[in-house]
Amino acid sequence: MAAKSNLRNMALCLTAVCLVCSAILGLVNKMTIEPIAAAQKAKTNATIAKVLPEFSGDVVPGSVNVAGVEYSYYEAPGAGYAITSVVGGFNGALSVMVGITNEGIVHNTSTLSHSETPGLGAKCQNDAKFLDQFKSWNPSEKTLLVKKDGGDVDAITASTITSRAYTLAISNALAAYNEIVKNVGGQNNE
Amino acid sequence: MEFILIIISAIFVNNILLAQFLGVCPFLGVSNKLSTAAGMSGAVCFVITLATVVTYILNQYLLVPFGLEFLQTISFILVIASLVQMVEIVLKKISPSLYQALGIFLPLITTNCAVLGVAINVVTKEFTFGGGEAHMLGLGEATIYAFATSLGYGLAMCLFAGLREHLALNDVPKAFKGMPIALVTVGIMAMAFLGFSGIV
Amino acid sequence: MSNSKLSLLTSGFVKNNPTFVLLLGMCPTLATTTSALNGLEMGLATMFVLILSNIVISLVAPVVPDKVRIPVYIVIIATFVTVLQLLMQAYVPAVYETLGLFIPLIVVNCIVLGRAEAFANKNGVLDSALDGIGVGLGFTASLTVIGIVREVLGSGSVFGWKFIAGDGILAFVMAPGAFLVLGYLMVLFNKFIAKK
Repeated sequence: MAAKSNLRNMALCLTAVCLVCSAILGLVNKMTIEPIAAAQKAKTNATIAKVLPEFSGDVVPGSVNVAGVEYSYYEAPGAGYAITSVVGGFNGALSVMVGITNEGIVHNTSTLSHSETPGLGAKCQNDAKFLDQFKSWNPSEKTLLVKKDGGDVDAITASTITSRAYTLAISNALAAYNEIVKNVGGQNNE
Repeated sequence: MEFILIIISAIFVNNILLAQFLGVCPFLGVSNKLSTAAGMSGAVCFVITLATVVTYILNQYLLVPFGLEFLQTISFILVIASLVQMVEIVLKKISPSLYQALGIFLPLITTNCAVLGVAINVVTKEFTFGGGEAHMLGLGEATIYAFATSLGYGLAMCLFAGLREHLALNDVPKAFKGMPIALVTVGIMAMAFLGFSGIV
Repeated sequence: MSNSKLSLLTSGFVKNNPTFVLLLGMCPTLATTTSALNGLEMGLATMFVLILSNIVISLVAPVVPDKVRIPVYIVIIATFVTVLQLLMQAYVPAVYETLGLFIPLIVVNCIVLGRAEAFANKNGVLDSALDGIGVGLGFTASLTVIGIVREVLGSGSVFGWKFIAGDGILAFVMAPGAFLVLGYLMVLFNKFIAKK
């Protein structure tokens, strides 16, 4: 039934199968490269639209270094900057996209990824009571710390660590924003 | 210091078996006796660590520079299959008794999702240990992470084997005998390990 | 359709149920059943690979030397898994992100390799395809049922439709719940469906 199991047949068979499969994969990869890129772009654009006021035109990606940490961001023409801020949460990395307008006000935030506890820290993803307080947050009027630490942020019940992390992510994003504005200001003065 | 955090995180907080659900099939199948469980854990530990190192290097120097990431799954599993084959040959020569004891379970390490799972996680996910910055792992960190993960696997396995040896002597309701009571036991173990979350 | 062909399609539900009888594919069963929809999606993804790999393996089995058959089968399965990965990333990225690591892990899902070894390499193409559909449907059904139970108890919703305000017993959508629900469902299956 099956071919004989000598070295020649085995090597031939395995090589042939690997070649054919790699070829098929190369083909499918080529076919899907564009749709995959488009899907990712659509997802990013949807998040950016969520955290910044309405704008028209394409976003410009960029990256800024603050205290040795790289922050990637998207500049939305006329609307502001959507900065991705990653901090250590309770149970893993907490990644937040913070939308900051050209006046330096936090327009809105969105959790990109987290590993927090369901029902507790995970509320940072969709709990309106926690998230809505950051809409139109003016850092010069209110302090970005949880109430326990002397600030104005209402933490998630029983999830102080996640709340602290989320707040820190926003502060870091603001620091990155200041750095961006400084660089842009520096460029304009040249 | 960070290495200790990696080790604690991998063994307790994110235990590969009780929190990430990787490597469950052999876990439920082999853990009848403590001695077999210990031998299996040792073999898995060796394969996971070695496989992670090799696939990491393969990914870093061959797949990524040439834009061949789509070949990750297929190349990783081939590396793992070959490694297991090599381990079998070497073990047969060095320790025929251990080779006999492990029997069919040695080639089955190839299909152990923990091995492929750890290899893929290490090159795709960003990690953060103890509130540090989230980042992709370097080769050294990856090796320690893989080794610690497999220690966690061994720990869960040996704990479970001990419990199972006790269960076999107890009066279990007929409908629960075998798999069901084993699963309930693991569920309670998982609950216990949940208590570790947040310590790192 | 003749009786034997029909029995191939339905065997995956009770006689050859991969989850409750064959005890295969435990890892994705525990990890992806946090909700009914996730379980359903994972089952369908696995079925896709199962059917295609069964077909191709039954076609090439006669010419593959016996000693390399396992690596060859694995390469074939890995190819279909990667195809699935790429297609999902391109056209259903949200589902791809939810299922995450467990899509590439279909390669080492013992169900796929197991059916290839136990059935596809000894039978014709049509029978192997039907076997793939049958076992795939059984797996999907099992995952969906477990997902429904965990979602109802853990989030108070079913397929995303919430029927209580707030959260349920969250332990059920976390690690312990997976093991416990699977264990108890297995008892129910054994007692009432398989009638042991």
